[in-house]
Amino acid sequence: MTAIPHETTHASRTAGIAYILKKSLISALVALVLFSLMVGVRTEAGSEGQLTYWTRFGEVAALVAVVFGGSIVIELLRQWIGPNGTDSLVPPAVRSGMSFLGRYLAPALLIFTFLVPVIFYDQRYILDLGILVLTYVMLGWGLNVVVGLAGLLDLGYVAFYAVGAYSYALLATNFGWSFWICLPLAGILAAFWGVLLGFPVLRLRGDYLAIVTLAFGEIIRLVIINWQSLTGGPNGVSSIPRPSFFGIPLDNSDNGLAARLGIEYSPTHRIVFLFYVILALALLTNWVTIRLRRLPIGRAWEALREDEVACRALGINTTTTKLTAFATGAMFGGFAGAFFATRQGFISPESFTFQESALVLAIVVLGGMGSQLGVALAALAMIGGFELFRGLENYRMLVFGMAMVLIMIWRPRGLIGHRAPTVFLTKAHAISSDLVKEGHG
Amino acid sequence: MDYFTQQLINGLVLGSIYGLIAIGYTMVYGIVGMINFAHGDVFMIGGFIALITFLLLVSTGLTAVPVILLIVILVSMAITALYGWTIERVAYRPLRHSFRLAPMLSAIGMSFVLTNYSQVAQGARVKPIPPLITGGYTLHESAAGFVIQLSNIQIVVVITTIVLLAIFTWLVSRTRLGRDMRACEQDQTMAALLGVDVDRTISMTFVIGAALAAVAGLMYLLYYGLVDFFMGFVAGIKAFTAAVLGGIGSLPGAMLGGLAIGLIETFWSAYFSVEYKDVAAFSILIVVLIFMPTGLLGRPEVEKV
Repeated sequence: MTAIPHETTHASRTAGIAYILKKSLISALVALVLFSLMVGVRTEAGSEGQLTYWTRFGEVAALVAVVFGGSIVIELLRQWIGPNGTDSLVPPAVRSGMSFLGRYLAPALLIFTFLVPVIFYDQRYILDLGILVLTYVMLGWGLNVVVGLAGLLDLGYVAFYAVGAYSYALLATNFGWSFWICLPLAGILAAFWGVLLGFPVLRLRGDYLAIVTLAFGEIIRLVIINWQSLTGGPNGVSSIPRPSFFGIPLDNSDNGLAARLGIEYSPTHRIVFLFYVILALALLTNWVTIRLRRLPIGRAWEALREDEVACRALGINTTTTKLTAFATGAMFGGFAGAFFATRQGFISPESFTFQESALVLAIVVLGGMGSQLGVALAALAMIGGFELFRGLENYRMLVFGMAMVLIMIWRPRGLIGHRAPTVFLTKAHAISSDLVKEGHG
Repeated sequence: MDYFTQQLINGLVLGSIYGLIAIGYTMVYGIVGMINFAHGDVFMIGGFIALITFLLLVSTGLTAVPVILLIVILVSMAITALYGWTIERVAYRPLRHSFRLAPMLSAIGMSFVLTNYSQVAQGARVKPIPPLITGGYTLHESAAGFVIQLSNIQIVVVITTIVLLAIFTWLVSRTRLGRDMRACEQDQTMAALLGVDVDRTISMTFVIGAALAAVAGLMYLLYYGLVDFFMGFVAGIKAFTAAVLGGIGSLPGAMLGGLAIGLIETFWSAYFSVEYKDVAAFSILIVVLIFMPTGLLGRPEVEKV
């Protein structure tokens, strides 16, 4: 009995080598054809507008070799792991250890984040990177309400980010209003736009919803570019006021914060202040989301994500449920946008392209739609990864796209695939058969 | 009136290009039920391959325009079709039974890969070519001196589109492959039980869609005289709008929608503002999806629980 399965696996493995080679050869051939012209011949417009070209057969050969080797490795891995996929890779002991780690990871990460400005006080670069990561954490958490909780795929999230940024920039430069007055206004305006988008798309779902939100995001961007009298068009809005410490400016003047506290002025003060502002905003987003999940509206979002038809059958008002999801997500996007405007001091439509929406969406998806910790970790990984590839401007979007495809194939539920219901019965109830008998009730 | 007629001609030519791309969207949506977000970039790749083939042919000293065109069209169709096949194989097939947003997200990733791949491989600058097909006819000259022109390239675009559409309609309605495709569209499991190779049929759908997108890319190259790595995004969304407007899943609908979008865009640019022409196209997409989700020729989608 035991010998037979052993023999069959052995046989399949020996037959496998020829099979693997054949498959890899086909892949290499396909790669050769694909890359032959696109990579093998490089075109460039000359000085008088006429095209020149030169050949790069070395690169094609290298790419084909990589594909050949890569597909051999993938096939071998597939045979080694077996059809069960990744489940057999992780033994139960490791998994319980990971869940133990998961319980303490979030508090540890939070404490570390609080201490970042203290530890890295002298390293401006790390502080700036930290602010950037936290901005994306906040955006990710905001989009998570729409995509992760309510299950509405929003490809135009950056529109609300833009609305928030331009609201603050225009209010501050035209009327001289302070950041702390404009921040809630930016959030409210973005939420308003969220409802405005939400109304027409109520009947749509899935892919159609995604495309309409994408179109909405593009429309906002195009209007910003073309409405030059208001937004400055492609030149953007510059010299946006920096935030103040509740009315006390953070500068080198006599009534600045440093002078009032009697300490020596340093430009790092403002960076540290910004760091804590965005941390507070992000934590606010997180806190509100967690609280909302325990309210009826949060439960309705999750029900909507799981099954819209069942949701309606249960008497949940899908209209208000969807609209609140859009409005809440948009509001946090607006907050983040206002913060972005005050941090940069300059905004232009360049910052609000579809790529940005896709990046935030990728963070949410990679983080495992609905998991707050996962989104934070994904933002850290994504933005950190982008920083690593900073010198390779073009390649990093290529790698980003590949990562998105691979994650979808490998772990469609994200790194922390977490979709556990937030409510469940703690006690088992016995149900009498009278209640479930066919034809009754 | 003359201005109107001229815009009508321009709009129909632009619409033919959109229609060719839209067919790829509509077929894939009909069979797999997903928006192939990368399809606009496949169109862009088709344009690039046509450009490179053209350049290589010219440098060999070939001067006969019909021969060049024929070779360019065949090579770009073949290679772009292989791109379509590979994309389906790598990015979509493993996700066929995954949760419903997965293929869409994978397609967005694939779109980024293709855009940046061609940027890395071919550079970010716009690639112009000299006009290959020149000349044309003056249809009418008004007293005010306004001339209605029908250029040869416009004729070539429209005739190529009509011929391809005829071939394609024959393929879907009369051949074994077309029957398999329609069967898969209705019920994949049942089609598989009756001996239809579902995987192969889906692959062929992507191959045909990509080949048509390649032709659209070539037509774009000939008509506008340039390609760049970013042209797939907006063209893709407009073609998708066309597919939805015509009724997604319907082939004549895709062509009709393409023509409609081409005309609307041209007339909008001619009579209102050029800056807001993309806004107009996107607004149409939103309005159509909201008020007419089945499009002009589509069937209403029955929701199954």
